[in-house]
Amino acid sequence: MDLLAIIRIAMRALGRNKMRSILTMLGIMIGVGAVIAMLGVGQGARQTVQEQIQAMGSNLLFVGAGTVTRSGMHMGWGSTKSLIYDDMLAIMRECPTAHAAAPGSSSSGQVVFGNDNWATRVNGTEPQYFDIRVWPFQEGSAFTQNDVEMAANVAVIGETVRKNLFGATNSIGQTIRINNLPFRVVGVLVPKGTSAAMGDDQDDIILVPITTLQKKITGQNWLRWIMVSAVSRQASYAAQQQIAALLRDRHRIRPAEDDDFFVRNLADMADVADEAGRVMTLLLASIAGVSLIVGGIGIMNIMLVSVTERTREIGVRMAVGATERDVQQQFLTEAVVLSLLGGGIGILFGLSASYLITKTLGWPVLVSPVVIVIAVLFSMAVGVFFGFYPASRAAQLDPIEALRYE
Amino acid sequence: MATTSQPDVKGATKQDHETIILVRDVHKYYELGEIRVHALRGVSIEIKRGDFVTIMGASGSGKSTFMNILGCLDQPSAGRYLLENIEVSGLSKRQLAAIRNHKIGFVFQGFNLLSRTTALENVELPTLYARISKAEGEKRSREALALVGLGDRVAHFPSQLSGGQQQRVAIARALVNQPSILLADEPTGNLDSRTAVEIMDIFQKLNDDGLTIVLVTHEPDIAQFAKRSIQFRDGRIRRDERILNRPRASEVIQNLPKLED
Ligand SMILES: Nc1ncnc2c1ncn2[C@@H]1O[C@H](COP(=O)(O)OP(=O)(O)O)[C@@H](O)[C@H]1O
Ligand SMILES: [Mg+2]
Repeated sequence: MDLLAIIRIAMRALGRNKMRSILTMLGIMIGVGAVIAMLGVGQGARQTVQEQIQAMGSNLLFVGAGTVTRSGMHMGWGSTKSLIYDDMLAIMRECPTAHAAAPGSSSSGQVVFGNDNWATRVNGTEPQYFDIRVWPFQEGSAFTQNDVEMAANVAVIGETVRKNLFGATNSIGQTIRINNLPFRVVGVLVPKGTSAAMGDDQDDIILVPITTLQKKITGQNWLRWIMVSAVSRQASYAAQQQIAALLRDRHRIRPAEDDDFFVRNLADMADVADEAGRVMTLLLASIAGVSLIVGGIGIMNIMLVSVTERTREIGVRMAVGATERDVQQQFLTEAVVLSLLGGGIGILFGLSASYLITKTLGWPVLVSPVVIVIAVLFSMAVGVFFGFYPASRAAQLDPIEALRYE
Repeated sequence: MATTSQPDVKGATKQDHETIILVRDVHKYYELGEIRVHALRGVSIEIKRGDFVTIMGASGSGKSTFMNILGCLDQPSAGRYLLENIEVSGLSKRQLAAIRNHKIGFVFQGFNLLSRTTALENVELPTLYARISKAEGEKRSREALALVGLGDRVAHFPSQLSGGQQQRVAIARALVNQPSILLADEPTGNLDSRTAVEIMDIFQKLNDDGLTIVLVTHEPDIAQFAKRSIQFRDGRIRRDERILNRPRASEVIQNLPKLED
């Protein structure tokens, strides 16, 4: 008998018990649907996180001032005064893996333009900061090294600040007041959006020359952080080691003592996020596994009932020439059709659900064809695996006893 | 009945005396725990092509057991069975299934039609397991149904047919693969006497066209339509004789009262 005929017979047999067939498929349907939906959302989220980390520059190292205990806890970030500008120069001089570095200091500031008023973070840094963070300008440009040397009153603003202070009016060349000091706006950064890793608005920021911030706003000459870019992503791990060793040496920290700084590696963070994604995927896969097994057991159960109910039919088929293999194939096909139909409907459900969820969250819908192919193969495998035993039972029936069965 | 669409004649006149079934000292026992039920105790029989044999005997005398062996649904515990010179006792399950499909048509007392399946599809069933196309199978099935007088009932379900009509569908199914032999185990057991004679009329006509038939019945009225009568008792053949002056079922029907339905 050709496959088409077998499938046709299977469809008809299942069609005779529509309600039962649908209920049996439900397990596979829900399992596959849930997994497709969650994978779709998960992939979308993961991709978003990775893109944002990538956008920050995956060679990036973040050196922060603060105590780090042996267990790796940061105590009071920025509370220490030991991180200084010379540390940055030393990193550039002595760490061959460091490609560029920018110092940073931070303050909160009240910003005023005309009648508009906005509270934001004000960071002081040097022009190379924008290159290290791979952060281009939508208008204007960065302040210059000359501005840094002169401690000039110039500012680069983020999109959130621009929107709140200027709205539709042009911002370049305008004078704003930060903590009552006048600053000329020289550049507006392109929006980066909310950081998926930290959850804060990266565009709610003003950047001024580090010297200006230290001398005119905070009056403090130590640094809160140093941004370093390594020569490559791989080198960022070595850079992390070198910087830590160098700073321990420069800060005269004895072997038993805790660091008074911390070095965070963005490549590391990307890996952590990636790892979290992998764990999530694994978790989903096990949920999928469990639901597919439960669905499969449902199929096996119904197929066993079906074989018993149709014992006489099996006897008749054998009497007119069906071989064991024919009978086996027929019931196996029914099981596979059940599981494939369930899986197929599940995929449709999952796709619509993940589309809806990601649409609401504003993430990209990401259901790769591979996932769908795997889902189809898995549902098929479930049908074969759980249909095998009932089908064998049917094939092993003795024709005479089957014909006599009431 | 149209002789052109009639299945399997296989040179009825030419090979009238060819042996189609040869059974030699066949035994069958069933082991039921400690007890051994001896259903057949040495049955030997030879049936020529074109014969029409009835097997009679009391209930439990081994008729069905013997028919199941003839029909390759079961294997003898001892002895030999040759169907068209093929030694059946040595065949695999797969080969037995093929023989049931090609060489044997089986008709049961309880019809054994698939419910919720049309008459045509029931008849098509054996063609699904034969190496013929779907179109050819459907064509043959329609012919077989026409042959038993049900050409206008192809789309009916068993539940929409009378007992006699259901048995005719079963006969059409038995004929569809053009078997060498038709086996019927009490085919009229569930039918009223007039319908039973109608079924015998079909068998007689099929036999006239050369089909070999072996039929089990416990009714002497039914047995008389055959050419040869074999009597079973306690798993042995007690009597084997030719039937002389057998009546024509078609003529007997004329004298039977017409039924209401
Ligand atoms: N599957 C079986 N298991 C045990 N005993 C059986 C089986 N089939 C038939 N028999 C026994 O074999 C004997 C012959 O049975 P059967 O051939 O059905 O008789 P008949 O058809 O002539 O009424 C009976 O005694 C019956 O009980
Ligand atoms: Mg019997």
